[in-house]
Amino acid sequence: MTENPRRPIPGTPRHKKERIDALAASSAPEGGAATASGGGTTTALREAGRVAGGEGVSLWMSAWRRLRHDWVFLVGAAIVVLFVLLAIIAPFIAPHDPAGRVLIDQVHRQSNPVPGPQPGHPLGADYLGRDLLSRLMVGARQTLIVGVLATLGGLFGGMALGTLAGAFGGWVDSVVMRVVDVLLSIPSLLMAFSIAAMFRSPSQWTVILAIAIVQVPVFARLLRGSMLAQRHSDHVLAARALGVRKGTIVFRHMLPNAMGPVIVQATLVLATAIIDAAALSFLGLGNPDDRAPEWGQMLGNAQSYFDSHPHLAVYPALCIIVVALGFTLVGESLRESLDPKSRR
Amino acid sequence: MLSRTTKAAVGALAVAIALTGCAQSQRDTAPAPAGTAGAGTSDSAAPTDGANPDATFIFGAAGAPKLFDPFYASDGETFRVTRQIYEQLLDFVPGEAKTTAGLAESYEGSEDGLTWTFKIREGVKFHDGTDLDAAAVCANFDRWYNQTGDAQNSAVTYYWNNNFGGFADQADRDSLFESCTTSDDMTAVVKVTRVTSKFPDILAHGAYAIHSPAALEEYDANNVTAQGSGFTYPAYALEHPTGTGAFKFAGYNDANGEVTLERNEDYWGDKAGVAKMVIRSIPDESTRRQELQAGTIHGYDLPNPVDWKALEDDGAKVEIRPAFNILYVGLNATKNEALKDVRVRQALSYAINREQLVQSQLPEGAEPASQFFPKAVSGYNNDLQPYPHDPEKAKSLLAEAGHSDLSIEFWQPTEVTRPYMPDPASIFEAIRSDWEAVGITVNPVAKPWTGGYLDGTEQSEAPAYLLGWTGDYDSADNFIGTFFTQQDNAFATKNYDFANELTEALVAADSEPDAATRDQMVSELNKKIAEEYLPGLPISHSPPAIVVASSVSGLVTSPLAAEDFSTVTINE
Amino acid sequence: MSRYIVRRLLQAVVTLFVLSVLLFAWLRSLPGGPVSALLGERSTPADRAALEAALGLDQPILVQYWRFLERASQGQFGVSTGVLPGRDALEIFLSRFPATIELSFFALTLAILLGVPLGYLAARRRGTFLDTGSVLFSLVGIAVPVFFLAFALKYVFAIQLGLLPPSGRQSVGINATHITGMYVLDGLMTREWDAAWDALRHLILPAVALSSIPFAVILRITRASVLEVLDEDYVRTAQSKGLRAPTIRGRHVLRNALIPVVTTIGLQTGALLAGAVLTERVFTFRGVGHALAYGFETRDYAVLQVLIMMAALVYILVNMVVDIAYAAIDPRVRVR
Repeated sequence: MTENPRRPIPGTPRHKKERIDALAASSAPEGGAATASGGGTTTALREAGRVAGGEGVSLWMSAWRRLRHDWVFLVGAAIVVLFVLLAIIAPFIAPHDPAGRVLIDQVHRQSNPVPGPQPGHPLGADYLGRDLLSRLMVGARQTLIVGVLATLGGLFGGMALGTLAGAFGGWVDSVVMRVVDVLLSIPSLLMAFSIAAMFRSPSQWTVILAIAIVQVPVFARLLRGSMLAQRHSDHVLAARALGVRKGTIVFRHMLPNAMGPVIVQATLVLATAIIDAAALSFLGLGNPDDRAPEWGQMLGNAQSYFDSHPHLAVYPALCIIVVALGFTLVGESLRESLDPKSRR
Repeated sequence: MLSRTTKAAVGALAVAIALTGCAQSQRDTAPAPAGTAGAGTSDSAAPTDGANPDATFIFGAAGAPKLFDPFYASDGETFRVTRQIYEQLLDFVPGEAKTTAGLAESYEGSEDGLTWTFKIREGVKFHDGTDLDAAAVCANFDRWYNQTGDAQNSAVTYYWNNNFGGFADQADRDSLFESCTTSDDMTAVVKVTRVTSKFPDILAHGAYAIHSPAALEEYDANNVTAQGSGFTYPAYALEHPTGTGAFKFAGYNDANGEVTLERNEDYWGDKAGVAKMVIRSIPDESTRRQELQAGTIHGYDLPNPVDWKALEDDGAKVEIRPAFNILYVGLNATKNEALKDVRVRQALSYAINREQLVQSQLPEGAEPASQFFPKAVSGYNNDLQPYPHDPEKAKSLLAEAGHSDLSIEFWQPTEVTRPYMPDPASIFEAIRSDWEAVGITVNPVAKPWTGGYLDGTEQSEAPAYLLGWTGDYDSADNFIGTFFTQQDNAFATKNYDFANELTEALVAADSEPDAATRDQMVSELNKKIAEEYLPGLPISHSPPAIVVASSVSGLVTSPLAAEDFSTVTINE
Repeated sequence: MSRYIVRRLLQAVVTLFVLSVLLFAWLRSLPGGPVSALLGERSTPADRAALEAALGLDQPILVQYWRFLERASQGQFGVSTGVLPGRDALEIFLSRFPATIELSFFALTLAILLGVPLGYLAARRRGTFLDTGSVLFSLVGIAVPVFFLAFALKYVFAIQLGLLPPSGRQSVGINATHITGMYVLDGLMTREWDAAWDALRHLILPAVALSSIPFAVILRITRASVLEVLDEDYVRTAQSKGLRAPTIRGRHVLRNALIPVVTTIGLQTGALLAGAVLTERVFTFRGVGHALAYGFETRDYAVLQVLIMMAALVYILVNMVVDIAYAAIDPRVRVR
């Protein structure tokens, strides 16, 4: 028998919908119901001969065993840990106030728009005389905040919708999933761009919200798929047979089991969120208040200096690339390690 | 097997890219040889001394023109193009904001300032071959005055609505225009309903270009209709503009964003120095600069001051126009009672470090502003000094007014740059810091320029905001008249005791027929506005620049950004 | 099969209708409006009110939508106020779309030409330097903001080296005949070789920038898919039968492994459209993305409505074609 070509291949993003569904399926215990796509019912394509994941070892334990030796994961994790550390301590170790216009007297729009490196200011200042090194360091915090909050926003929105759809099924499911499909039918950056343009007063929150909303349908589909996969699984059946209330089943039994793929997706979304925030700033839709610097904003605002003072753009860009790469590495290796199929 | 094929493909691609590069470096030297059609094919390579009359002048503009009938236009990019195609009865003195004779050789007003006689220039032909005469001029006035239906909307006919007021079939609106008659073939007599400082100077504005009546007729020029969410324009405005200017319209290519103009060989004055002019729309500032450096354009408008030095180092010529604009902080007491106290407004003014702002954020030649219009406008008060930076004075004024803990909402525009405000975010940040330094709590509010900022400031929602103005012509009325005559304005002067006094003074000055007396009145008014009324805080005048390649000569810059490119020549 | 297609078509129609309603309501709820964009600091409340009355923007939103539907049923999708005032919005889309197709096509071709062979090689030499290197490369490709890559490419190849033009689609003075609006194709069709060459040179940098993400995705799909197939029984069977390695690779491995790759390629259109907004802006490449960004700036409701609807339509159509192709291959899909 040939492979069903629609069965998603582990570890490979393909169709946005399919990739999400594949990830969702990986949360089903005992390799049960998989591939939920389209509306309504699912046919469980059981894979014959699949052995339950690792005798007596939990999914997470076995994942960790393999991750420990995976250099991709280790590099990614190192980057992420360093980044988070920097975000926490940067405001205390930064040599200057990132909003303080300490070198403003050196700024001459024409002859010297961007003060260069000098004692006390190893990277020089930006176009408002603010210490660039301090801004880059403190920028880590704001970048982390934007990334994390946007991801959490998408996660909670998606959780609400996905749980609703997955837990109740029926017409609720159909309606919610139709809306989700409509939202998924718009390219994500295009949607973030459109949402950000809608707000009456752009700020850090509108950036976060725009990126979060775009992720809602992704998480919704993911959670719903994972719920569906579990609805007919043994532990849920058992709970139901014992007379456990529906809400309890959903929140105690089904949601926790869906966390694996959610965490994987969240890690990947964090990376995209940081990049999308930069794109929004570039399009002029970023946070206009740059007292608390954010890398994407610094990069977006540096576009008119790209020819004359490229370092203003290159430093924040490098920071973004490294951090986004870190999160992507972690996410990808997590995905692979959590995937039952790759655990053969 | 496949792997080898694809390797080869990859290799081929790499070679292709490399080849492309080589080819380019050879082509680079001659910016856009003048095409396969047209006159100038032979001369792209051979360098000759002096101007090349067959050259194509390629100019990078910040935006595309909206249409080609200036009467329906209100934006600079449209006027830049139509100024080359059309002329007005009056014109601006090259390089200045003063008016002089244009298609009217001479003109004079009656004693009472209500009747104006224009002697029309002889021997001028429209691009369609018809002759310019007094009847054609009056046909234009009549066309303007007799616009009907949707064309009366100020979004369509902004300048007429603002300069002249109503149209023929609007009984409820006064119009400045009364009639235009011909006393002989070459003499047009225009009657106006009241005396105003702006007439006849306003006729030099690009919106009042003289069109060929025959072409207007042929291409249904007045057929503007609102349809759904927009206005549709007739073929005349889109494809067949017909004027008397030194260039003729040759086409607009939207896919490339290019307007092409050709030399008018029958022009009555000095013929254009280049055979063709192409105006390319390149919205991104840094891309315009790159195109100039790559030699694919010969000049562009509004170079970023940050780049001026580098451009000059590369041999390009940065021509700085005299500043003809004003940047101000608008204040509006509607939402913030504290601002009703003039001492608070003065404190806000003393707190701003204008010198530092101008030096760090604005180009060379920019100046701190002491009043609401630039030096070049008649009526400028030379004795007035900008508010000095005096944080102590600001603090004591605030204390005196009982507002030491003043808290103010300050609006910042996003998604915009203006000639008077090259980088709004930086200017905003500078003023915000200055205010905070004297103990004021500033609540920043950012709004997209077209997405709430302009509406909000007009509707008195913003207690403090950044805004400015670029003048249309040399008239105080164009600045302070526009700002303050109506009391329900963005400053909400209706909130203040001086509102009526200010309006009356402005109207009196505007209707004073004697120029010297008028200037004196305006000058005194300026002092009062800056010291006693202070409805807003004048910040700076910033000179916009225009840059051309070293091969370009003859460009005369205009403070109004109303350059006439017919004097441009290219040596190559 | 035909029932399946009909159902998919109906779904698409419903999706588009819902989207059009949402979009209509949303656009008109945006603060500001065309007058601000048109007049800038010269606009006054009176101007705004007059314009809104003339364009019917003061009517209740349902009335406006009804009028929109009426006009749309006559083939009029609204008149532009900002991007190209006075022109029909659909006309603007049609004149800009070829540029975006051309750009996307080149970007996708580039991504395939690089991504498929690299992915294949990475899978064949799993665990080698080539494998990790190319996977890492693709991950970096995803991590670099597209507009930054575009700026960097422009800076190096157009400014520093002067090899390629920094912006636009065609040099001034190239007097080309345009048939399709896709300049390279036009040049080839009319045998105006210099025009085709000129257009191609303008395409290279934006296409490279735009291809970065599809390239990364295609590489990883190819790699994963080839790995999967290499592991299959039929490959092992073929090997044990003693078939020659090239035959196995060509007949069994590639043919099967490329199926998901083809899907992916079809489904990259969404990413391409979004990337085009950024790339076209950096390179002043006057396509749909350029018009879209400018449409927002000038609050051009009609153009925004048409452009976003058309982008969604293209995206949905491509999805549908891919799914239908699948249904044709695999009968099980139809059941669901």
